Amino acid sequence: MGISVDTPAQTRKHMVQEAGYPFTFLSDPKLETIGRYDLVHAQELASGKDIARPAEFLIDPSGTVRWRMVTENFFVITRPEQVLDAAKALR
Amino acid sequence: MKRPNWKIWTGFILSLVAAFSYPFVFVRWPITREFPWANLVLFAIALVFLFLGLRRAFKPDKTIISKVFSCFAAAFGVLLLAGLLFMFFVMGSWLPASTGAPQVGLKAPDFTLTDSNDQPVTLAQLLIEQVNNKPPAAVLLIFYRGYW
Repeated sequence: MGISVDTPAQTRKHMVQEAGYPFTFLSDPKLETIGRYDLVHAQELASGKDIARPAEFLIDPSGTVRWRMVTENFFVITRPEQVLDAAKALR
Repeated sequence: MKRPNWKIWTGFILSLVAAFSYPFVFVRWPITREFPWANLVLFAIALVFLFLGLRRAFKPDKTIISKVFSCFAAAFGVLLLAGLLFMFFVMGSWLPASTGAPQVGLKAPDFTLTDSNDQPVTLAQLLIEQVNNKPPAAVLLIFYRGYW
């Protein structure tokens, strides 16, 4: 699922209605979870606000992180096949 | 009527293409986004044309206007290349280090957040909630920048 600082109304509009993504979107406008995961991008340049930096975590049913991508370059982002390979490796 | 200095014009236009094709075209595919090699190849060709055009412009038969324009075009091309490199390598890494982010093999911190239907959702709940009458094999958390 996706997690961002956007409000439920914003994720409903942009991600569910416009983009049509079928998965869950969670709102963290106070950056509580984003902060606990150490992913706060403070005073981000484009938004001028504190937002989440891009990062992905694959969690198994026991709650353990089995794969993650915390990119060091904005232009190097996770490819879908990388996540699928990581998910297949869990079985 | 003198022939235009087509080498400097080619180099000038090609350097524009080399710079702007990254954000508008090559950023779409991982292979050309994760390293801007396609743009660097275009820049290499552009710089060759700019160099040849500059040499042509400083032949005795060319006007002072041609010489000034050629210098400007060559400098602009180099500036565009510097701009692309700055954007990719410097601005691209303007991200927090996130050294405290959960590591592989460790427990992911639980959370309760609101979904797009204003319902509270916890990670623990997502990890056991059945999908198509089967327990989930895993949950993928995607932290993204959002629309603010």
